[in-house]
Amino acid sequence: MSRTIYDLIGLAAGIAFILALKGLSHPKTARRGNLIGAFGAGLATLVVFFYASPSVYGKAESSLPLNNLGWILGAIAVGLIIGVPAARKVEMTQMPQLVALFNGVGGGAAALVAIVEYLNLGSEATTAQVVFTVFTVIVGCVSFSGSIITFMKLQELMTTRPVVFPAGRFVIAATLASVIGVGGWVVSALGTTPLLILAALSLLFGVLFVLPVGGADVPIVISLLNAFTGLTVAASGYVLDSVLLIIAGTLVGASGTILTRLMADAMGRSLFGTLFGAFTAKPQDSSGVAEDRPVRSGSADDVAILLNYARRVVIVPGFGLAVAQAQHTVRELADLMISKGIDVAYGIHPVAGRMPGHMNVLLAEANVPYDQLVEMDEVNPTFGQTDVAIVIGANDVVNPAAKTTPGCPIYGMPILEVNNAANIIFLKRSMRPGFAGIENELLYDPKTMLLFGDAKSSLTKVVSALKAL
Amino acid sequence: MDAMAILSIFVLSVFVGFEVVSKVSSTLHTPLMSGANAIHGVILVGAIIVADHSETNLELGLSLAAIVLATINMVGGFVVTDRMLEMFKGQKK
Repeated sequence: MSRTIYDLIGLAAGIAFILALKGLSHPKTARRGNLIGAFGAGLATLVVFFYASPSVYGKAESSLPLNNLGWILGAIAVGLIIGVPAARKVEMTQMPQLVALFNGVGGGAAALVAIVEYLNLGSEATTAQVVFTVFTVIVGCVSFSGSIITFMKLQELMTTRPVVFPAGRFVIAATLASVIGVGGWVVSALGTTPLLILAALSLLFGVLFVLPVGGADVPIVISLLNAFTGLTVAASGYVLDSVLLIIAGTLVGASGTILTRLMADAMGRSLFGTLFGAFTAKPQDSSGVAEDRPVRSGSADDVAILLNYARRVVIVPGFGLAVAQAQHTVRELADLMISKGIDVAYGIHPVAGRMPGHMNVLLAEANVPYDQLVEMDEVNPTFGQTDVAIVIGANDVVNPAAKTTPGCPIYGMPILEVNNAANIIFLKRSMRPGFAGIENELLYDPKTMLLFGDAKSSLTKVVSALKAL
Repeated sequence: MDAMAILSIFVLSVFVGFEVVSKVSSTLHTPLMSGANAIHGVILVGAIIVADHSETNLELGLSLAAIVLATINMVGGFVVTDRMLEMFKGQKK
C-alpha cells in the first residue's frame, strides 16, 4: 500500500472521530456517533497491517508482513478477551469506575509506547522528538496511576474523602519539580536509568495529584486525565510520524478539556477548587455532635398516608437507589401515584449518581418515561408547590450546606432545593453521610421524615401500604 | 513531515475538538467522556508500529503489553459506551 493511500485512510479515520464526537453531543445521534468512532478506530487498526511503515525514529523501513505478526495478533486477542467481557458484564452502577480504568490503561499504553520509542531513539533523533517522547512518558504515567486512584475511590477500595497529609502541597510541588528536573536530565542524557526514575516519579505524582480530590469531584478528574491521555497520543503521533494519531489525540485532548470545564460548571466547582480545594478547606465541624441529635423516623404506612393526600410529589433519586437496584420499584410507586391522580416528577441533579448523566442512564434502564425526568433548573422553582419530596438514596445533591456553609467540600454546588417542599421523606440505609462525607442538616429538619432500610424493600413496603389505602 | 504542517494539523484539531462538544447537555457528559476515552485507544496503532520495529525482547515485551492495554482501552471503551447509549434508545420524545 502506498503512503498516499495509507494517509488517506488515516484521514478518513480522523474524520470518523470528528463525526463521532459530534454525534455523541446530541441524544438522537449519540449511539450512531459512537459506532462511527468504533468504525474509524477499527479501520485505522486494520490498515496498519497492510502498510510497511517507513523509517520511524531512525529505524529501517519495515516490510510486509509485519515483524512479530503472531505476537501482535496474540496481544490483541488477549486485550479483546479482557476488555470485551469487562465492558459487557459491568453493572451500570459500576460503569464510572470502568471508564476510569479504561482511561488508565490507555495512558499506560501511551507511556509504554513512548518508552519503547525512547529506547530506540538514535543519535539522529531531533530534540523535538526526544522532548515529545519524554512528555508522553510523564503524562502517560500520571494518567495511568491517577486513573487507578480514581478507580479505587469509586470502587470504594479506599476512602472517598480527600486524602490530605501534612505539608501535602509541598510534597506535590516537590514531586512535580523533580519530574520536570529529571525530565530535562532524560532529554539531555538519553539513558535508560534516568528514564525509569522519571517513570517512577511520574507514577508517584499521578497518585499524589488525585489523592486530595474528594469523592464527588472524581468524575471531573477522570475527564481531565482523559484529556491528558489524548495529548500523549498526539505526541506519540508526532514521534511515529502518524497524522491519524495527531488528529485523534488532539481531538480528545481538546474536547476532553472542554468537557472537564462543562462538568465542573455543572457541579458549580472551579477546576482549581476541585484539584486543590482540600488543601485550603477549613476543617469540618466534628460530625459526632450532630449525630446525637434526634431525627424523626417513620414507617412505610406513615409515608404512604403522606403520599396519598399529596397533590404533587417529586422523587429525587440518588446513587443509593441504584445500589439497591430499586429503579423498577420506584417506577412502580410513581405509576401507582399517577393512577391516584397525583402529579409526579423525578428531579434529576446533573451529577446524581457518580457521574453527570449517570442517573439518566440508570432510570432509562428501568424504562422510566423520559418526560417525567425533570432537570434541576426546571424542577427547583416547583418545590414551593410540592407537597412531598422523596429523597431516595441521595444526600449531597440536596444538602443545603452547599449554599450555607462556605468552606465545606460541596460549597457552591447547585442543589435540588427540596427544603422548599412542604414535607421531605428520606429513604436511607443509615445516618451515614453521603459520598462527599458531609453532615446534612436537612435530616434534622422538623418537616423531614426518615424511613430507614434498604431502598428497594422500603419502597416495596410503601407501594403495598399505598395500595391498601 | 515538516513542522509547520504538523503545527497546523494540531491547531486546527484543537479548534475542531473545542467546537464539536461545546454545547452538550449534562445528560450526555458521561457517554461523551467514555466515547472520547475509547477514541484515544487508537494508540493501538502506535503500539503495533513499535512492535513491528522491535528488535530486542525487552522492546517487544513492552510493545506487546502496550498492545494489550490499548486494545482494552479501545474495544472496551466503545462497547461500554454503546451499552450506556442503548439505555436511551426507544424513548426519544
